[in-house]
Amino acid sequence: MSNALVVEKLKARFGEKAVESQEFRDELTVVVPKETIVEVCRLLKEDPELQFDLLADLCGIDMYTPLKRFGVIYNLFSLKNKHRISIKTFVEEEEIRLPSVVKVWGTADWHERETYDMFGIVFEGHPDLRRVYLPEEFEYHPLRKDFPLMGIPGSLPLPKK
Amino acid sequence: MGLEHAFGDSFITTQLDAVINWCRKNSLWPMPMGISCCAIEMMAFAGPRFDVSRFGSEVFRFSPRQSDVMIVAGTTTYKMAKVVRKIYDQMPDPKWVIAMGACTSSGGMYRTYSVVQGIDQFLPVDIYVAGCPPRPDNLIHALMTLQKKVQRGESRGSFPAYVGDQKLNQPQPLPVKAG
Repeated sequence: MSNALVVEKLKARFGEKAVESQEFRDELTVVVPKETIVEVCRLLKEDPELQFDLLADLCGIDMYTPLKRFGVIYNLFSLKNKHRISIKTFVEEEEIRLPSVVKVWGTADWHERETYDMFGIVFEGHPDLRRVYLPEEFEYHPLRKDFPLMGIPGSLPLPKK
Repeated sequence: MGLEHAFGDSFITTQLDAVINWCRKNSLWPMPMGISCCAIEMMAFAGPRFDVSRFGSEVFRFSPRQSDVMIVAGTTTYKMAKVVRKIYDQMPDPKWVIAMGACTSSGGMYRTYSVVQGIDQFLPVDIYVAGCPPRPDNLIHALMTLQKKVQRGESRGSFPAYVGDQKLNQPQPLPVKAG
């Protein structure tokens, strides 16, 4: 299986404009609009020729730009074809939500919770979107670029001495 | 047999406190608060090669209610701090704390929002051990230093706390309302 086949299948289904792709050292990255992300993932997983049945990782990025500030990256692997690709999608700072892919790959559950914890990206349709690492009462999202390294004083209370 | 030979038909006088402290210092039961990699060195400290039972401290208790000294071994995050404090509060008086390693003592290399920059921000620490991680010998040295403190009757964590001749955090008299 080749990268060209993946791009061809995606373009046939979603149109030329909706699929932006680039290749670097034989690794394919496809950028798709957030509205179609679930459909794209479902196609990649269920197409008999592609079979990207493993979601190796799902993570967020903060580009720290006025437009398309936050992104989510899906690293996929096909166990049958031994092929790796990654899917990218971007969200705006004001409208920081996108559909969840838990229904496609169950493993996305905790990955999406982690992305929510660290970036505050809300995954719509997630069964249980809570923080993973930080305490429930914490109000910030520490992997955002505008979060200071040493944190915000008083935001994480300590027990009394 | 040794003692009778040395003292013959005589007797020894001492203070009750001194005898009790002597007993305490030779059977310190640690609470292993192994949070991260320092715990591996703490296990070596208890194991046969370094063998802390030579100093009467081999009885590691995983219940805080049966232990005297808490060895906090590892990076303490803000989320974990509540747990550490809760376990410490369950230990009976008198009690001591050893802060093992750089992370525990000062945050170490984790100068970041999620790690407490030294557990003395929420616990009364008696001994700090340097190292990343400290070798088991360092921890044995810390224990021996702690034994000297115990013999002197010093404890920062007990209530009221004693350090040297000083009494710390004594119970305050209740304020009297005038009129």
